[in-house]
Amino acid sequence: MFAVRRALRVCQGVVKVSAGVSRRGCAGAVPVDDIVNGLTEEQIQLRQTVQRFFQEKLAPYADEIDKKNEFPQMREFWKEMGDLGLLGVTAPVEFGGTGLGYLDHVIIMEEISRVSAAIGLSYGAHSNLCVNQMVRHGNQKQKEKYMPKLLTGEHVGALAMSESNSGSDVVSMKLTAKKQGDHYVLNGNKFWITNGSDADVLIVYAKTDPEAVARGITAFIVEKGMPGFSSAQKLDKLGMRGSSTCELVFEDCKIPEENVLGPLNKGVYVLMSGLDLERLVLASGPVGIMQAVLDHAIPYLHVREAFGQKIGHFQLMQGKMADMYTRLSSCRQYLYNVARACDKGHFSAKDCAGVILYCAENATQVALDGIQCLGGNGYINDYPMGRFLRDAKLYEIGAGTSEIRRIIIGRSSNAMFK
Amino acid sequence: MSARVLVGVKRVIDYAVKIRVKPDHTGVVTDGVKHSMNPFCEIAVEEAVKLKEKKLIKEVVAVSCGPQQVQETIRTALAMGADRGIHVEVSGKDYETLGPLQVSKILAALAKKEEASLIILGKQAIDDDCNQTGQMTAALLDWPQGTFASELAFEADKLKVVREIDGGLETIKIKLPAVVTADLRLNTPRYATLPNIMKAKKKKIAMVKPADLGVDVSSRLEVLKVDEPPTRQAGVKVETVEDLVGKLKEAGRV
Repeated sequence: MFAVRRALRVCQGVVKVSAGVSRRGCAGAVPVDDIVNGLTEEQIQLRQTVQRFFQEKLAPYADEIDKKNEFPQMREFWKEMGDLGLLGVTAPVEFGGTGLGYLDHVIIMEEISRVSAAIGLSYGAHSNLCVNQMVRHGNQKQKEKYMPKLLTGEHVGALAMSESNSGSDVVSMKLTAKKQGDHYVLNGNKFWITNGSDADVLIVYAKTDPEAVARGITAFIVEKGMPGFSSAQKLDKLGMRGSSTCELVFEDCKIPEENVLGPLNKGVYVLMSGLDLERLVLASGPVGIMQAVLDHAIPYLHVREAFGQKIGHFQLMQGKMADMYTRLSSCRQYLYNVARACDKGHFSAKDCAGVILYCAENATQVALDGIQCLGGNGYINDYPMGRFLRDAKLYEIGAGTSEIRRIIIGRSSNAMFK
Repeated sequence: MSARVLVGVKRVIDYAVKIRVKPDHTGVVTDGVKHSMNPFCEIAVEEAVKLKEKKLIKEVVAVSCGPQQVQETIRTALAMGADRGIHVEVSGKDYETLGPLQVSKILAALAKKEEASLIILGKQAIDDDCNQTGQMTAALLDWPQGTFASELAFEADKLKVVREIDGGLETIKIKLPAVVTADLRLNTPRYATLPNIMKAKKKKIAMVKPADLGVDVSSRLEVLKVDEPPTRQAGVKVETVEDLVGKLKEAGRV
């Protein structure tokens, strides 16, 4: 049974190094117990299918994507995801979506992040931030125009909220949109925009009534190539390398009136309610990273020897394994339960913030522990452990910092005693 | 053509998993280990689904023998495009000793019961590497066989099969009904799409017991011992041809 297996593994490009320790681990090396996770048969099948797809189509490039900070095969890969129905998980079937729920989306986001958290982030920005906002707030005409290509992967989507001086305090944004006849003229910048340089369709928040602060924000649909719109420098990041992040520049950019997404001056509701679901779906990123750490660290502990035995048999290493596994499992349960609640139509802002707060901080810790398990090998870039740590850190910052998430949970707890 | 195709799908330990032998040498560790469909069976399913898409056949039936968990494997086949499944329930001791002969008897009985005109199987499973089930099934049914297929085409009531053989390819024509086993290059199996995974839920899986088919699953074989393959010894680097010859002489090779 060993010969054919070896031949198949060679075909699939699983690389082994001389020490006998796999550098590029395998999603699936440490199985996920979906009976404990309470998934349905279809969801288990879904995980198996996407796990294999990402392992075969994305894993071979993951290290290179990180090293070079680019993913040249992105367009092709996006179309392949579109063929499988991964780009519009929560989009209705009538527009070419898959018509499934948030938990299904979470499973896919987790599995892609398990292989490459950077491309996972781009996937999240496309399929949730852009597509799901369009699903929730777009009118019939907008959906008919933009959804099909976003769902086949012909178009890449993004969402632009932050500005260089307006991150956590998002309603202080300075990008203005002035009405002129049948269109709006946008002036200003956006910063840290995931997929910014690749996106064909972007959802952009701007001030239509700067005096009114939060009540003067409106969401717009912007297309690549609209006059006055351009993407500036690609940012050089600590992690999530290969997921393009850039600055967007609007110089007298004319956006037709029919591209207003949702009600005028009510963009803050579009924004805030979207952020809850963004936090939920993106929380699968750190869960996928934690799983990736286990996929690499646990097999390593059972190959590497010291003092005449496998290091996994030392109690200090067992303690690490236990802590990493428990952190991952508790995060995953919280995530899946909140996703199930959202699928029932129960959206809890407090728990969406809680899930990503907890998952993100645990992912950073688990990634640190993973590096420790591999010792010297964990610290060199021949192994992906450093990448996991750098990628994990983003989730304490993106989609609202840990501090903002704590504010949301704290305020919501205080509200009960007002 | 209104033929029905029977496809065998086996649940095996995933190809990417490192196999561990049980400490008592009675077999390999399967508990808590990731399983998936045997890769050659996937190729068989893909070929059957392709034939259906070309409207050359009417129905694709996926069969698997084993405990409850093999239904997952059948569901995978259904998500890829098979029309319905048959789960032949074999568990406990019978499952541990289930081999090509027993599975062939089951497949032969099902082929008659379902009036199948073609059986497509993987050439071998990556767990026991037997490479016998297709051949035995053909023998039991007295049907022609096209093993190690790398190409398959219908020609009137015949089937053209290009076989991978030592040193090249052999093209044969066989009459239906027939048994075909899939080699690695027959096709590239598709990934099930999300909508098809969801549709697979509505497809039926029938449960059958070997006894219902009149098949005795007791094995004639006894496994004495399962061992890890010997670990490969490290080699040595030599600087010159003289060194190489010297080392070979030392080792008694020349």
